[in-house]
Formats: sequence, structure tokens, C-alpha cells
Amino acid sequence: MTIHTLLPILTALIPLPPFFSFLLIVLFFNRWKRVSHSIAIGAMFISFLMAQVVFWSVIGMGGHALAEHPIHVEIPWLPAGATALTMGVLVDPLGAFTLFFVSITCLCIFLYSVGYMSEGGRHYDPRYSRFFAYISLFATGMLGLTVADNMLMLFIFWEIMGLCSYLLIGFWWEKNYPDPRQITPRQAGLKAFMTTRVGDVIMLLGIAYLYTATGTLSFRQVLNESTLHHLASMASVIPGLSAAALIGLLLFGGTVGKSAQFPLHVWLPDAMEGPTPVSAMIHAATMVSAGVYMAVRMFPLLQVGFDAHHGQLSAPMVAMAVIGTFSAFMAATIAVAQNDIKKVLAYSTISQLAYMVAALGIGAYVAAAFHLVTHAFFKALLFLGSGSVIVGSHHEQDMMKMGGLLKRMPITAITFIIGGLALSGFPILTAGFWSKDEILAAAWSSNQVVFWVLAIGALLTAFYTSRQICLTFLGEPRSDHAAHAHEVSWTVYVPLIVLAVFAAGFGFIGVPEHFPVIGPLINNNLFHHFVGATIGELLPHGEEGFNAVPLLISVLFALTGLVGGWLVYGRRPLAAGQPDPMVRALGPLYPVLKNKYYVDEFYNAVLIQPTIRLARAVYQWVDRGLIDGILHGVAKGSFQAARGNRWFDKTVINGGVDAFVAFFQRLAREARLVLQTGQVQHYLLQVLFFVCAFAALYVILWLRQLGG
Amino acid sequence: MTTTILFLLFALVTLAGAIGTVTERKLFHAALWMLLSFFGVAALYVLLEAPFFAAVQLFIYMGAIGILIIFALMLTRGSMREGGPYLNDQWWLVALLAVVLLVVVGWLLWQQYGSVMAVHAVDEGSLVQLGRVLSEQDGYALPFEVASVLLVMALIGAVTIVRER
Amino acid sequence: MMGVPLAWYLILAAALFCVGLYGVLSRRNAIATVMGVELMLNAVNVNLLAFWRYTEPGGMTGQAFATFVYAVAAAEVAVGLALIVAIYRNRDTVDLDQINLLKW
Repeated sequence: MTIHTLLPILTALIPLPPFFSFLLIVLFFNRWKRVSHSIAIGAMFISFLMAQVVFWSVIGMGGHALAEHPIHVEIPWLPAGATALTMGVLVDPLGAFTLFFVSITCLCIFLYSVGYMSEGGRHYDPRYSRFFAYISLFATGMLGLTVADNMLMLFIFWEIMGLCSYLLIGFWWEKNYPDPRQITPRQAGLKAFMTTRVGDVIMLLGIAYLYTATGTLSFRQVLNESTLHHLASMASVIPGLSAAALIGLLLFGGTVGKSAQFPLHVWLPDAMEGPTPVSAMIHAATMVSAGVYMAVRMFPLLQVGFDAHHGQLSAPMVAMAVIGTFSAFMAATIAVAQNDIKKVLAYSTISQLAYMVAALGIGAYVAAAFHLVTHAFFKALLFLGSGSVIVGSHHEQDMMKMGGLLKRMPITAITFIIGGLALSGFPILTAGFWSKDEILAAAWSSNQVVFWVLAIGALLTAFYTSRQICLTFLGEPRSDHAAHAHEVSWTVYVPLIVLAVFAAGFGFIGVPEHFPVIGPLINNNLFHHFVGATIGELLPHGEEGFNAVPLLISVLFALTGLVGGWLVYGRRPLAAGQPDPMVRALGPLYPVLKNKYYVDEFYNAVLIQPTIRLARAVYQWVDRGLIDGILHGVAKGSFQAARGNRWFDKTVINGGVDAFVAFFQRLAREARLVLQTGQVQHYLLQVLFFVCAFAALYVILWLRQLGG
Repeated sequence: MTTTILFLLFALVTLAGAIGTVTERKLFHAALWMLLSFFGVAALYVLLEAPFFAAVQLFIYMGAIGILIIFALMLTRGSMREGGPYLNDQWWLVALLAVVLLVVVGWLLWQQYGSVMAVHAVDEGSLVQLGRVLSEQDGYALPFEVASVLLVMALIGAVTIVRER
Repeated sequence: MMGVPLAWYLILAAALFCVGLYGVLSRRNAIATVMGVELMLNAVNVNLLAFWRYTEPGGMTGQAFATFVYAVAAAEVAVGLALIVAIYRNRDTVDLDQINLLKW
């Protein structure tokens, strides 16, 4: 049996080890911390190995070959009429790279969690084992989603991840804050679940519509020419939209929810209440990426009607472009005014995901996939670094109170800077540069509005990243916590180093062929050709030659942002207590940015409070008034009936019987008094009386006999 | 002829004695009336050609029982001196019933046995026969013994009841 | 020689019995009651011996029976009078109207 016949089975096995880890920890090993984390990391390592085996095996096949003959196996699972819903695995070029980065980042984060949740072995979290159980289950979800071959299976694992997200955000559910407006982990978990639920319902509608329109949910069957053509020509319930367009829009709704795009972005910043490994894994590298991943997978459906040469976008693409661009810009502006180290990264995540969505919106799906992978690496790195900072400085999360950590936590600092540069798109040396530049290049040739907005977003990204780095690591410590900061443990900084390597080096597999100097040196834009083969070339871009203008503009903006941030925050580092210069610079705009454009307040006023009031009204009037009223009425009625019955029972029946008995008792008493005198002669008289009676009887009988 | 007259005479004596017994207020006189009645019965036994029983009647009833009753009268004399009714309050009903009973039974007896006359004369050796029958095993030996036991029991019982503590 | 019909003896016995009955049931004094009982027993004996004489004077059944009646009568009088004396000692009365404890 060659490796190639094993591959489908191996692929199917990839999501299983973390699942068993979850079961084992939950059922048996909850009490033993070291055993639990060993099981979890061991299981994740097995999945990692299997994923890498699969990846490296298929990478040699070449993109086109793999796209046409992907690793695929499916089994019928749920009979539904004539056909059956199937379960199966599929590894095509997109899935292969996703497996690659998901397995690496998850393994790094698992290892990191050992150090984080035990604070370097000094203070173990009381629910340490449970944490590992949850993240194992989550890893199952993500890996399963990656290898899923149909929409239903994808949705199942999507929901598993949603559950884990809820559980993990609210991991410290007992934590409460004195300020009632500050969201607690419990509330944040609920908020995340509810908000993504909105997106999930929309996506489920899309899935259902897809199923009714085509009778299948398998990717291979839906995403081929004839099916797509059929869907494109089918009219949907909304005039002007074909079935394909409507399905695409509905599915995109799931992405909006899961990948935290406007207007469903509100849960992601509050999800930072969860432990930092959770933020890294779920809310940076994997789960939020799943939204984009799904969109890239379904891109053939989403782009039905897309005509690149005439710049005609399909309806879902328009939605993606608009929402993506807007979210990218909005989130970047908010990030500038945030002081919590994790909140900056949260808004940054929203912004970067929006870049991917916008890229899809203009048809650059390969660029979107590329940025997906690089973003996972450097965002995970940044989050883990921030976690290291937080634990190392004894749970200080406010950047205004940090400073001078470069000297005290050098490994964290350097890896963080690498990640930050990648995020900003520092030219050449960082992976983020290559992926972001590809998106901007695609935007330049398709839609100038999108390009300029994204470019300004890139500038802001660089600025707030530089701000973050300067405030956290440069200058002098602005609080005692920062002054006593230290590295946590090897389990914390080794993953940082691994991820930093990828953040810096991964980009080189995506260098466009026509890039000056470096292009020809590196293997023919491996990523582009490999992953691009999944769907096929759509944009008139690579073949036309290399365009330097967008490149130069993006480099300029990135450097400007970085230098600007350094000028404000790095050159003369802030002292303790000194206010943020941005406050005065932005003036009245600052509170708006700090309060996230008051979107949460808007939702609360318009959606949540009325719902609560409606619920309360229904509770009062329908539940308590009507239903309970009926129940109480029935109860009272029964009770009254019972009382009446009892009265009848007591008075009529008991009374009747008692009176009857009393009558006879009186009769007997009277008789006794008469008959039982105690005097023998009276008794004898009674005997005599009866003797005479009997005698009379006999006489009469004898006479009768005589006469007869 | 003589038999009839004698019968009527002694029957009258007996009945008179009996009635006297039950109607006499003074108890001692009642006891004497009773003795007279016993005598009349003894005479009737002679007429019935059962001389042994006439003798027994005189010994037992007039002798033993009569004297016993007189003793009892004397022993319980104190409270029953004079005064007060000597009949209880149901006497009239009893009298009525007794009369009715007598009338009915008497009439029945007359119907049944009114014409039965005496059979031939009795054998002289009847006493010997009685003795023989009372001691024969297939006669009345067992009842005889039981009667003796009864008498012993009565004796013991009476003594026990009356014993001074 | 012309005898007396059996019925005459039997009627006499019945009359004696009824008189005795009256005496038992209507007299206040306990001893007077005992006297009435003796009269009744006498009546029984007369009955027995009359029947013996008139129907089967050869057999001894009647006489034997009469013998036993005598024995029983004697025993009964003895015990009865003993009882009455005991009661008299206890309650200082032989008035039957006042001896009324034979009830519940």
C-alpha cells in the first residue's frame, strides 16, 4: 500500500486525536493536570504529524493534478429521500495549505497554553485540565472543517467551534468587574455566541437553499460548471438575484458573523475576556479564519456572474467588497485609540480579515487565501506575545502602564516586533508584506476606491502597530508591574520563536514571478500556482506583468505608518501618567474612536433593550398572566370542587351513615335497658314468653295437620 | 270408684298446698304449705302403686329439702321480716302466661290422653327390679355413678360457697 | 275397677308445674323462688311416674328416671340455698329485685 492510497484514510483520521483527547480528559483525567496537558499536546502532535504527512505528500503532485484529483473519500451517512447526505474528506490545494498552517499554529498554541495557564508552573489555573479539553475539542472542529468535503459537515464543525468559543471566552466565568458597563467573561461568551448565531442562521438558510436547489451539498458536486450554471440561471425569491447570487449572499452572512465583519463585528473585541491562547487560536488564527476559508471554498459559487475583463462583479462579491473595505478601515481607526494590548490586536484582526474579504470581493481569491495563511502566523504570534507580556507583568493589560519590556522580556519583545512588522507589511522581510501587497495589487487593477481605502487602512495598521510596540516595549516602565516583568517559561517563548520564523519566512513562497530580483530567484510563485489551481485563474493579473505603482504606494504607506508611530511614541517615550498624545491630536474624534463608534450602544438601544422589554412583557402578560392564570384557575376550580365533594362526603354521606347508625344504637340501648335488668326472674320471664310462643306455634301446626 | 275419689282428694291437697306456697306472704307459712303439697304428692305416688317413691318423697322432699328450706329461711331471716310487697312487678304477666300455658297444655293432654286407662296390675317385685336396673351395666349403672358424682360435687360446692372466711 | 284416666294425672302435673312457675317468676324472696322450683320438680316426677304406671309398668325406665330426678333435685336445692345464704351474707338481702348484677 503506497502512501497515496493511505492518504484519504489519514486525512479522515486527522480530526480524531484531539477529539479523543477531549473525551479522555473530560471523562477520566480531569484531576491530573500534567496528564491532561500531555494527552492534549500528544494528540495535537499526532494530528500535526498526520497533517504534515498529507501536506508534504500532495505538494509534490502539483496544483492542477491535485485540483483535478484531490484526495477524496466519502460515505453515505444520512438517507434523505432518494439521495443521501454524505460524510467525507477532501484535500485540494486550498485545503492542503490550510491543514499546514492550522496544524502548526494549533500545536504551538497548545504548547504555549501549558506555560500560560500555569503562569510558568507557579500558579496553575484551577480548571487547567478543562481548558485543554476545550481546546482539544476546538482543534477537532477546525481540523474537521478543513478536511470536510461537503457543506453540512463544514457546518457541523463550524458549530463545534462556535460552542468551544463560547466555553473558552467564558472560561473565567466567575470573574466580575465593579463597573457594570464593563463586560464580564460570561457576558462576552454569550455575546459571541449570539452574534455569530445571527450569521450562522443566515448561512444555514443559504445551505438549505443550496440543498433544495441542487439536491446535494458536496463541494465537488456543487462547485462544477454545470451545477453552477444551473444555479445561475435559476431565479430566486428576490427579483433581480439568481439562485446562485442569493445563496452566495446568505453564505457570506456566515462569514460576516464568524469572521467578525461589520455589522456583526461587535463580539470579537469583547471575546478578549477569554484567556490569551484562546484569543490567539480562535480569534486570530483559526476560527475567524474559518469564515474566510468557507468563502474561499465557495468562491466559484460566489463569483457566478463575475466578468473580470469588464469589471463586473457578482452580487455577493459586491457585498464582500463593500463590507470588507468598510470593516478594514473602521476597525483600523478604532485600533488607534485603544489602550488594552489585546483590544488593539482584536480590532487589527477584524481589519485584516476584512482585507481578505475585500480581496474576495474583487476576485483575488488567491491573495485572500495567501493573506489568510500569513495572517494566521503573525496574528497568532502577536497574541501569544501579548499573552506573554500580560503574564510576565502580572496581569497588566493596559499599554499605558507598560514600557521598557524590551530589556526585561527580550525574546517576547523581538518576536513581537517581528510579528508587528509582518502585520504592518514591512517590505520584503515579512510574510505580511507579500500577502498584503498582493491584495493591494489586485485592488489597484480592479477598483481604485477599494485600493485607496485599503491603502490608508494599511497606513493606520502600521501606525497603531508601531504605537503598540513603542508603548509596550520601549522607554521606561510606567508601573511596578512592568518594572518587574520577566519571561514566563520555555513553553511560552519557544512557540513564539517558531511562529516568528514563519511570520518572517513564509511569505517567500508567494513572491510573484515578475518581482524584480527576488521573483525569478524563488520558485515560480509556488503558492499562487498551487492554490490558484483550485479554481483556476480569474484575474487578469499575473500574466500582464509586474506593476510597480501599487507596490510602491503600499511600501510608502507602511513605512510612513511605522515611522509616524515611532515619532509619536518611540522617540520620546511616554512617562508614567503622561496622557496619550493622540487624545489631544484627535480632539473630538478620540472619544468616538475609543468607544468603537458607539455601535454596541446602538445595538443595545435598538435591538437588545426592546427585545428584553418584549420578553418581559410576554412574561408578564402571557406566561404569568394567561398561562399561569389558566393553571391557577384550573387549580382553584379543582380545589373548590374538591371542597364541595368533601362537604358532601362529610355531611351527607358521613352524616347519613352516622344518623343511621345512631338510630340503631339508640334502639339497641333502649332495648338493652329494657331487657337487661340484671334480675334473673325477668330473664326467665323472657324464656317463658318464647316457650309459650313456640308452644302456640306447634299447637297451631298440630291443629292444622289435624284439620287437613 | 274409690281410686277416683282418693285421687281427687289428694290432687286437691297437692294443689292447695302448691297455691298456698306461692301466694303466702309469710315465708314460714309458705314453707308449711309446701310441705303439705309434698305430702299430697306422696299420697298420689301410693295411688300410682309406687310405694318406694312415696317413701322417698317423704324422706327427701319433706324431710331433707323441706328442712333445708326452713333452715335457709331462718338463716336469712333478718331482712325479710315484714313489710313491702312480696311479689315483683311482673307477677300479673307471669300469672297470665302460666294460666294460658296451663289451659293450652291441659287441653292438649286431654285430647291426647283423655281416654288412656291404666293397664293391668303391677308386679310386686318392682323394687328389686329397680335395684337391679340401677346397678346393671347395660342398665343405668353409669347414670347412677354420675349421679353420685353429682351429689358429691353439690356437697363440696355448697360447703365451699357457704364457708365462713 | 274403674281407674282414673292418665290425663287427669298429667293435667294435675301441668297445674302443679304452672303454679310452681308462677311462684318462681313472681316472688321477691329468693327462697320462695326455690320453693317454686321444688314444686316444678315434683310435677315432673308425677308426670314420669304416671306415665310409667299407665304405659309400661313392667319396664323400669320411668322409675329410674324418677330416681335421678330426685338426686338432681337434692343437689340443686343444696347448692341453690348455699348460694342464697352466701348472697345474704354479702349483700344483706335476699330480695331478687335488688340482686341485679347479671348484666353488662
